[in-house]
Amino acid sequence: MTFMTKNLTHLQRLEAEAIHIFREVAATFANPVMMYSIGKDSSVMLHLAMKAFYPAKPPFPFLHVDSTWKFKEMIAFRDSEADRLGFDLRVHSNQEGIEQGISPFVHGSNTHTHIMKTVALRQALDKYGFDAAFGGARRDEEKARAKERIFSFRNAQHSWDPKNQRPEMWKIYNTRVAKGESIRVFPISNWTELDVWQYIMQENIPIVPLYFAAKRPVVERDGMLIMRDDERMQLLPGEVLQEKMVRFRTLGCYPLTGAVESEAATLPEIVSEMLISRTSERQGRMIDRDEAGSMEKKKREGYF
Amino acid sequence: MSKLAHIETSVAQSAAEEISAYMAEQEKKSLLRFLTCGSVDDGKSTLIGRLLYDTKLIFEDQLAALQNDSRKHGTNGEDIDFALLVDGLEAEREQGITIDVAYRFFSTPKRKFIVADTPGHEQYTRNMATGASTADLAIVLVDARQGILRQTRRHSFIASLLGIRNIVLAVNKIDLIDYSQDVFETIVKQYQEFASELGFKTIQAIPLSARFGDNVIGPSENLGWYEGPSLLQHLENVALDDADATRPFRFPVQFVNRPNLDFRGFSGTIASGTVSPGDEVVVAKSGKVSRVKRIATWDGDLDQAGEGQAVTIVLEDEVEVSRGNMLVSPDNRPEVADQFAAHLVWFSEAPLIPGRSYILRTETDQVTATITDLKYRVDINSFAQEAAKSLDLNEVGVVNISTQEAIAFDGYKSNRSTGSFILIDRLTNATVGAGMIDFALRRASNVHWQALDVDKASRANQKDQKPAVVWFTGLSGSGKSTVANLVEKRLAALGKHTYILDGDNVRHGLNRDLGFTEEDRVENIRRVGEVAKLMVDAGLIVLVSFISPFVAERRMVRELLGDGEFMEVYVDTPFEECARRDPKGLYAKALRGEIKNFTGVDSPYEVPENPELHLKTVGRTTEELASEVEKLLTDRGIIFNFDHSSWSI
Repeated sequence: MTFMTKNLTHLQRLEAEAIHIFREVAATFANPVMMYSIGKDSSVMLHLAMKAFYPAKPPFPFLHVDSTWKFKEMIAFRDSEADRLGFDLRVHSNQEGIEQGISPFVHGSNTHTHIMKTVALRQALDKYGFDAAFGGARRDEEKARAKERIFSFRNAQHSWDPKNQRPEMWKIYNTRVAKGESIRVFPISNWTELDVWQYIMQENIPIVPLYFAAKRPVVERDGMLIMRDDERMQLLPGEVLQEKMVRFRTLGCYPLTGAVESEAATLPEIVSEMLISRTSERQGRMIDRDEAGSMEKKKREGYF
Repeated sequence: MSKLAHIETSVAQSAAEEISAYMAEQEKKSLLRFLTCGSVDDGKSTLIGRLLYDTKLIFEDQLAALQNDSRKHGTNGEDIDFALLVDGLEAEREQGITIDVAYRFFSTPKRKFIVADTPGHEQYTRNMATGASTADLAIVLVDARQGILRQTRRHSFIASLLGIRNIVLAVNKIDLIDYSQDVFETIVKQYQEFASELGFKTIQAIPLSARFGDNVIGPSENLGWYEGPSLLQHLENVALDDADATRPFRFPVQFVNRPNLDFRGFSGTIASGTVSPGDEVVVAKSGKVSRVKRIATWDGDLDQAGEGQAVTIVLEDEVEVSRGNMLVSPDNRPEVADQFAAHLVWFSEAPLIPGRSYILRTETDQVTATITDLKYRVDINSFAQEAAKSLDLNEVGVVNISTQEAIAFDGYKSNRSTGSFILIDRLTNATVGAGMIDFALRRASNVHWQALDVDKASRANQKDQKPAVVWFTGLSGSGKSTVANLVEKRLAALGKHTYILDGDNVRHGLNRDLGFTEEDRVENIRRVGEVAKLMVDAGLIVLVSFISPFVAERRMVRELLGDGEFMEVYVDTPFEECARRDPKGLYAKALRGEIKNFTGVDSPYEVPENPELHLKTVGRTTEELASEVEKLLTDRGIIFNFDHSSWSI
């Protein structure tokens, strides 16, 4: 008779895979960084990084690229998490963009995202000379992401060549780069949105309160419910500010992130709502709606 | 509390309970990773799109986008083209083909699935191998109208090579042959004939239509004669290999965790077996023994950990362990060797060349490696063994590999994690091959170095010199031999013991059997490098005058020798000037096309990046150039100070 070990559950397998990837990067790169975007996937990533290096702290800094248009609650959450867990938080904004007064309301989502996120990210990577950067992207989010490797090579211009990716065999990752080149690393590539929520519940991971339904001031614009988070958002003729019970399925710059009407104020309610939902989470993001294939295009330009 | 609010609260409570129950169910599900493969246009992407659609995993906004896309790029007229759900890259949608592997996720009440949709074109075989390396099962699609094709055989072979034991033979587009049982059975028979050599545990043949959904989720009325399971039924029920605790303990160390002086832990993922505190473990490479003190995790110390778990192990003793080493069970140890035989799949446009050095990477170890022998290439169609001098893109061969230091490993058949490796090109860092280790070569473990009492240092002392190799590289006719010749004369006058290895001369003897192809050029340099090394061992100053056009081989020789023993001298004469001098009339012939593979004409010369000496010859005399080489030798302490001005020969 063969004696079998207790097989790992689905989440245990995903967790072990992510921890393995975190350690692989720490062991083989000179100067890695974790991109910390404050959303639920970042919360999961942060938790996994803490686990991977326990009892040590993660041996790399956490970088937040701040477009200056994030929800106020996100910034407050970011700072309290850095205090609670004691990780090395660095914040970078594109100063030229700020001086030019780049605004998603004036310049549109494409220009804003390009200057305040993609260019800002490239500036930060160049400034610190990071040779590896963790991101929380998942393959179930979008078609171009479904094609991307876990260790995804970037040339010295930070761009992705989707037609010429390195083969990625077994758990053997090719981490070698020449000077100026880098690797984007996605430890939760194989997680689905449901896995992320299930893991947040199982592990009691703190997330930004904006994910939970509450009464918030919103304006209907271009078919999306936009929350007016500060005075920079001017109401257009005919627009009315309404108090609605809403929550966010995904978080980014507040002018570009649509809220959904919802009563879900607890984790089980959120999961329940998600299970009967008929739209994908990225639908709330303007960036994906601008043009077909837009994610691949942005990734080639250096977006995460 | 109002009545209404009360009802709402209880609804919320029961929703919470339901969700908890639902989550508990999710947790119990097993996970099946599979890939779809087969020839172009057999309908792989369409099948996955159909699975996602029929298991209700496509959201409304995705469906709207899909309908839009189908009108623009689709190949099914007005109908939805499911392939566009998975072909995510612009180039794929424009060309209507799959270039790279896409990963998709779905689940049923019984199982969770991760699907790798892999490309059918032969040129993208490496992307198919990527998908196969992490899969438990392969769906091999066959177009019922076409039958078994070259790619059907290739993909089945690679799936088998990578250790996949469960196959689904999906005979697709059965609707286009009027759901014919005869055609189906002929294809199945053909497949079973050749697959019998591939060692699969299960082969389930299923007739289906991905486009119309016949036999994908449930049984089809059109296929009344078929009595087996539908595709999804089979995927839900096929037996998976459970982790087997009786396999020997293997723990490749990824990372040494040392936050402070009180804690030193070894982090990694258990490749096989189990471990508990108190267990005796051995450090694979050194044979040092210790015991497990703790298995530390964020969630608390564990009493036991098994295959697939990522943990941190603390040992009782201060033993030396670093990344690339392994902790293993004492009574069943892995091989530790620097020579082994392996199956290799080649991924690069540049061919595999025996003798050239690559970086070999296992899950956690990294060493320099050379293919010492290409035993044979496997013909994908007949599975026959063929003699070969090199492996081209997408070819499979069996090789002997020699590594600079010993690595710890198991045979791939007994352990996929500890028996696999990749090869990386040293210049471009591209992943050029993937290997599965067959066995250690006994000559590595049993042929030990004969220790000699008179060593290199004593031989050199006797000659009152420091041995070294001065490696002259440059185009034919650049002046390498002329300069080397004068340097040797001057060294001889100083009483130094020297030898010149000249490219043309060596090709008359030792390397008489070699031509000028890339493979032969690599072997040419390898042999000369080994000879130069023996001469250095004998205490000589060796002057080597070889075109040696490739960076990789010059580096290989550099690494054969000790620190400071190898000096690269780049004899830099422009091509036009070499062709003008043409001392042997070779350029004239090569430019007329009478000589093939002539460096600088139809074969490349890779310029040294950091030579010890860069000699620009134009406008300078041989005497001046030789003096520069002497100065280098003096600066490096090979010959001792002397007065340059007093020199005249």
